[in-house]
Amino acid sequence: MIARIVSGLVPFLGLVLIWVLIWGQVTWLALVTGVALALLVSATFYLPAVRLSGRINLWFGLLFVLRLLGDIVLASLQIAWIAIGPGYKPSNAVIAVPLRTRSDLIMTFTAEAVSLVPGSIVLDIDREASTLYLHALNVKSVEEIPALKQKVLDTERRLIRAAGSADDLARLSEGRVAAAEEEGAS
Amino acid sequence: MSALEWGFDGIGVRDVVTGVLVLVSALMCFAAGVGLLRFPDVLSRLHAATKPQILGVIAIVADVAVSNPSLATITLAVAIVFFQSLTAPVSAHMVGRAAYRTGHFRTDILVTDEFRGHD
Amino acid sequence: MIVVVIVAGLLMGAGAIGALVRIIRGPSALDRIIASDVLVATAICAIGAEMAINRHTDTLPVLLGLALFGIVGSISVARFLAARDDT
Repeated sequence: MIARIVSGLVPFLGLVLIWVLIWGQVTWLALVTGVALALLVSATFYLPAVRLSGRINLWFGLLFVLRLLGDIVLASLQIAWIAIGPGYKPSNAVIAVPLRTRSDLIMTFTAEAVSLVPGSIVLDIDREASTLYLHALNVKSVEEIPALKQKVLDTERRLIRAAGSADDLARLSEGRVAAAEEEGAS
Repeated sequence: MSALEWGFDGIGVRDVVTGVLVLVSALMCFAAGVGLLRFPDVLSRLHAATKPQILGVIAIVADVAVSNPSLATITLAVAIVFFQSLTAPVSAHMVGRAAYRTGHFRTDILVTDEFRGHD
Repeated sequence: MIVVVIVAGLLMGAGAIGALVRIIRGPSALDRIIASDVLVATAICAIGAEMAINRHTDTLPVLLGLALFGIVGSISVARFLAARDDT
């Protein structure tokens, strides 16, 4: 019950916050009009409630944002160099990355973060299998693909650590044990 | 203020930061224009387009916030970056999906296509 | 500072011309919509650069408007293109 109220309240408060941010000052007028508009918007454009995991770790959230910023800067410079530099030979790839999470929210945020970093764009999502299909720029050979997939999975791991459910966290550590065993066997 | 105004030869640290961030953003715009002309198909050009949309905007908004540090400026700057980084991937995804579905891309420059057949 | 202004202006102008050429040449509607997105992003960067160099914040709300509504055009074109080809 509490979880359901909170799940509805978070987008509502987000709308009010955005309104206050746009005005750039916290005044009663901005707050009252913000609440009125948020009520109007959430009544007119009804959305199915997003199920939040009920867990958030601000430290890992901060790490995620910092890492994302670093990735964006690095990848932007790389792509800029590919565009400007001499000897550009087109070579791309469309790859499928099966994610471990079962939460719509984490899947959406992973897709969003992956698309934000230049060089990879999510083309489609298979929600049932929670698989992302993405287009990557400048992939020279098939050997580079596992590293690309690992990057997406790392983004997902950071997100789950920041705001994933206990279920997803458990799936994460299971996956790591399996991977370690596989490595030991080979 | 005094810490920010500190500098040598009459050029403040703030001027240097402003100049560098403007140049980063301008470089991103230039690279995007060149990429649009040089890249061979719709999906590759989409990658060129995301650079000024994200790093260019982040740099320039950070620049405005650095040159006019006040609470109102910073909150508006955060809002701009937030909306831009929320909306840019959505439009990129929509255009990319339309390009894939309508076949507006070259298959001969793909190393692999793990999506074919899942459509 | 004047050197920075000239270099940045040249770079941004060249980027905008590249986007314009791509809008004119096409070949598909999607190419044109991507290029016009780049033109909007370049405009955002140019307006912001002017603000940062002249140390004022008068046009910051314009940037917010562009950041909010810049995607409407590309989303609608992409959506209608996909819908037309599906049928």
